[in-house]
Amino acid sequence: MTKSELIEIIASNQQHLAYKDVEVAVKTLLEQMSEALSSGERIEIRGFGSFSLHHRPPRIGRNPKTGEPVALPGKYVPHFKPGKQLRERVNDGRDRPIRSK
Amino acid sequence: MALTKADMAERLFEEVGLNKREAKELVENFFEEVRAALEAGVPVKLSGFGNFDLRDKNQRPGRNPKTGEEIPISARRVVTFRPGQKLKARVEAYAGNEQ
Repeated sequence: MTKSELIEIIASNQQHLAYKDVEVAVKTLLEQMSEALSSGERIEIRGFGSFSLHHRPPRIGRNPKTGEPVALPGKYVPHFKPGKQLRERVNDGRDRPIRSK
Repeated sequence: MALTKADMAERLFEEVGLNKREAKELVENFFEEVRAALEAGVPVKLSGFGNFDLRDKNQRPGRNPKTGEEIPISARRVVTFRPGQKLKARVEAYAGNEQ
């Protein structure tokens, strides 16, 4: 399911809203989540899960072409921990094939 | 302080002009439809943010960490989140010290 398919489903669930408003709302929501994470704030959605940052310490990498060592600074990466309801529902659906699209 | 559904509904009210009830409903709907898709075996790809993928895990041996007793971990389906390039780049720029 893509973002535009998700927007269509939400729009059909909330028919009193204009499609355009649902589209702006979903994009705003994702933007707000990205903003939170990029300012180091966690996201906590009960029954869905939480998003936080994990730290990756600095390391010495290598230029794959020349083999030359390169110092890579530490960084943060987004991490998602599924909540109980999501975990259970996903697992309960395991008799159905995983769709590739 | 963590971002919550209430914060998201508030922003939709202020910025998009939905009324409070519609805003709350939309946020609820958003997360519910993502859950429903994943439950149905459908991965969710939100460009610019990231992908929620599904993986089937085989049964594997486990141990009760308290008693040391061996108990198999049953086969299961799990959801994984892979952040998109855009989100990764934005988060990487965070130099912070809060977390």
